[in-house]
This record gives sequence, C-alpha cells and structure tokens, in this order.
Amino acid sequence: MSEKKPPVWLRIYTFLVYLYIYIPIIILVIFSFNNQKLNITWKGFTTQWYAVLFHDRLVQLATRNTLIIALVSTAIATIIGTLAALAMQRYRFPGYDASEALMYIPIVIPEVVMGISLLVFFVLLNMKLGLVTITLSHIAFNIPFVALVVRARLHGYDNSIDEAAMDLGANEMTTFWRVTLPTIMPGILAGAMLALTLSLDDYVITYFTAGPGSTTLPLRVFSMVRFMVTPEVNALSTIWVLIVFVILLIGQLARNRRA
Amino acid sequence: MASSAAVPTDVKRPSLLRLIRENKVAQGLTLIGPANVYLVLFMVVPLILVGILSFLSRGEYGQVLFQFNLSNYTRLLDPIYGRILLYSLGVGVATTVLSLLIGYPLAYYIARAPARQRSLLLFLVLVPFWTNFIIRIYAWIMILRAGGFLDTVVQWLHISDQPLHLLYTPTAVMIGMVYEFLPFMILPLFTSLEKIENAVLEAAADLGAPPYRVFLRVTLPLSIPGMIAGTILVFIPAMGMFVIPDLMGGAKTILIGNVIRNQFLTARDWPFGAAASMILMVLTMVFTFYYARRAGLSEELVV
Repeated sequence: MSEKKPPVWLRIYTFLVYLYIYIPIIILVIFSFNNQKLNITWKGFTTQWYAVLFHDRLVQLATRNTLIIALVSTAIATIIGTLAALAMQRYRFPGYDASEALMYIPIVIPEVVMGISLLVFFVLLNMKLGLVTITLSHIAFNIPFVALVVRARLHGYDNSIDEAAMDLGANEMTTFWRVTLPTIMPGILAGAMLALTLSLDDYVITYFTAGPGSTTLPLRVFSMVRFMVTPEVNALSTIWVLIVFVILLIGQLARNRRA
Repeated sequence: MASSAAVPTDVKRPSLLRLIRENKVAQGLTLIGPANVYLVLFMVVPLILVGILSFLSRGEYGQVLFQFNLSNYTRLLDPIYGRILLYSLGVGVATTVLSLLIGYPLAYYIARAPARQRSLLLFLVLVPFWTNFIIRIYAWIMILRAGGFLDTVVQWLHISDQPLHLLYTPTAVMIGMVYEFLPFMILPLFTSLEKIENAVLEAAADLGAPPYRVFLRVTLPLSIPGMIAGTILVFIPAMGMFVIPDLMGGAKTILIGNVIRNQFLTARDWPFGAAASMILMVLTMVFTFYYARRAGLSEELVV
C-alpha cells in the first residue's frame, strides 16, 4: 500500500490502541514492586515478592512441568507437522482433501470441546491423567499449526535447486538432507517457535487433561489469581513477560539481519 | 502382486521400501501418515466419543449408563440453556464486531506505514499476546477492581469519587474478551490490506474518486478475505470461552463454555455436557463452512 502520510486522527487513534495494548502490561510490572500484600494501592517500593517467588516450591514444580511438556510436545509436533507440510505442498495422494480438513480441526473447534473430548478419551482408555496425557494433547493441537507455518514457507520454494542437486548426482535422500532441509529450516524453526509458545500458553486443554502433580504454570497462575492475589503473581508475570520479550526481540533482530 | 507365482525370481521383489522410493503417491502418503494417524487418534476419535456420549445417560453417582436416548438434547431446550446459548452467541458476535472496529484502523495504519516501520509496528501488537493468557486477564483484573487503577484515574480526574464496580460485570467480560482476541483480528486484516497494490489505489484516485470513495469501493472490498479470516479466528474461541467469565464475570455471566466445563468437572453429568459440546461444535462448524466458502481461508491465516 502507499506510503502517503496517514491523517492525524488515524495517527492519534493508533497511538491510543497501542496504549490500550500496553497499559495492562505496564501496570502489571509496576505493581510487582508494590509493598502491599493486597496489591490494590501503591504502598512503596520493594523487591521482596521476587524473593517469595524464587522460594515458591509450587511455582518451581509448575515451571519444571511446563518446560518438559513444552519441549517434548514441540519436538514431536515439529517433526510430524513438517513431514505433513512437505506432503501437502509437494505431493498429491488419495485422501488429500480429508488430510487437509484434519488440519483445520483445532481452528474450527472451540478449545473447551477439544479439552473435554480428550478428557473423555483418556478416561475411557484408563490412562492416568498427568504429564503424559497433557503432552499427548499438546502434540495434537500443535501438529496443524506447525504444518500451516511450514507449508506457508514451502509455498515459495524453488524446486529447481532440488533438481540441480539431483542432476549433479545426489540421490533423493542426500538432496533432502543437504538441500531441501537447510533451505526450509527458517520455516521449521518458525513453526517450532509457534508450537512452543502455544504449549507454554495453553490453559484450557491442559486444564482438562491434567492430574494431581502435573500442574503447569498457567494452571498455577490461574489458582493464584483466583484464590490469593499477592504481588507474587505480578513478579511471576513480569519475569514471564521479560523472557518472552527478549526471545521475540532476538528472533526479530535475526530476521531483520537476514532480510 | 496378485500373480506372484508368474514373477521370475531374478526380478527384484516389490519391497515396501522400493515402492516408497519409486512411487510419488506412496511418498506423499508416508509423509502425511504420521500426522493423519495422530490427528485421527487424538482429535477425531475423541470427538466421536463425545458424540456417542451425548446420547447416553447419567447414573445416580455421576457414572455413564449405556442407555441410548435423546434426553440430554431435550434438556438443552429448557429456556435456561436457550438463554445461555443466545447470550454466548451475543458475546461472541459483540467480541467479533468490536475487535473488527478497533482493529481495522490499526491494521490499515500498519499496512500503510513505511516498510521499515511495518514489521516493528506489527511486532509491537504481538508482544503482549505472546505472554500468558491468564496473566493478561489478571492485568485487567488489577485495572478494573474496586480501588484499582481505573478507579484511581477516575478519582484523580474528578470524574467520580465512587468506585465504578466494573469487575465481575458483563462489561468486564467484554473488555477482557476484546483485549484477548484483538490480535487475531489485526493479523489477517493486515495481511489482506498489505497485499493491495498501490497502483490500484492510485488508479482509483486518478479517475477522480475522493479518498473516502477509494476506501469504500476499493480498499474495503479487497480486505474482505482478511475480515472473514479474522472473524473466524475471533468468533470461534470467543464462543467457547469460559476462563474470562470465570475470572472477570463473577457468578452472573455464564457462557455455554462454562456450562460444558461445569458438567464435566463439577456437576459430573458427562452426557449432558457432551450434548452441550455437540451443539456448540455444530454452531461453530456451520458458521465456519458458511464463511470459509466465501474466501480463501488458508491464505489469510498465516502471516
């Protein structure tokens, strides 16, 4: 679109929307340093809530669980999703449309329905609800998102570089490992990043598939918000926001350098 | 393979590995296989189970009895549930429309920004939403609760000395919902708007169209795919939402998502909860198919 200067009202409006997006986050961070347990009005600066947070055993356990689930489900979903993206983008096979439709299930079906259906499924199989059931569920909703992202990157893939490799005597396996895979790696990494974030962020599906001892960070934050709101929640949120911001910034800078 | 007896022994056997290596269809099926098996097992089968469950009945102690009947669906005809369903639809529609109204000008601004700023502006929209969902809701609870940030600002500006008592009202739920889903509207809108060629807009202007007419007759129609994708991405999760009403709505705001959750985890009437889930699923699927037919959905979903 054009680069003509937008009208003044649109610039003010844009500024206001950004304000609306950021004010909650800023308040959250400021009040993590509040010296009042109820955390309603500002009573002075303290860093004690960070100390409380670092000694919170439940938060430590939840962090461990969250990371295990996120890393395992991301790794598996990235492999399966990438293979599916390659299949959808480069091959035609019977059941193509049905396979494509499967990929849209997590987009067209509300999370709560997916959550209860997985709960019913695991209970029927007599599986103990816990880290395993949560991880299996996260893989399920992550496969389609990885496939979607990788497919988008494969869309502009130049097949002639594969053909060139084969003309030069590489077989299909070598071509894949030495030419195709390195070329689509940024897409795969983008898909993995999305899967990781979705897994770290998931509350609804985790809520239905979790059992005793498998509390994740989102579940822990929920019960903290529900039953005992202290600035400790703000401290936890601030650290979370900070980590996400740094990771995103690194990703953005890396992308800008490439471009 | 039917006439294996006729095949001379010196011809290579048609092993599975060779079949895959030489046959394009077999290659495609091998690559898609794991995803299909996994998704059928962990998504389709569970959904079918819920469908079956919705026709069974609940025993005295919350167990599931294998008595086939329609009573769960007839129970949903009760005006109480009809009202909840309508209310959920209303909240879903309102969330979608508000996100569209708030998000469109922003997406338009970002799409028209110089290329260097564009990725930064989009990045700034996304940053808060890559943090945790529950944390974002909590931030709004801090703002809206009695004596919280909003009340302080209102008092400071001498608008009112009384607390506004916004938290635990339907208004609070709407504020939370729009905040939560706004980026899902902005992203596809941006993708659509960015694709519009400058030359098209210039041509319209050269032919004498004033800016508002260029917008109404060119920009707006060309951004319809983005609007449709955004609508799907906002409306469906909004319809199934139960966490925001739980934390921000108090006891008064009950959506269909809350009904489903309660039947499965507190009331322990799984068959009835399954029937409510089927209704919700049918609603969202009918909506999606009607909408997705009208636009290339997949293109707009990925930025």
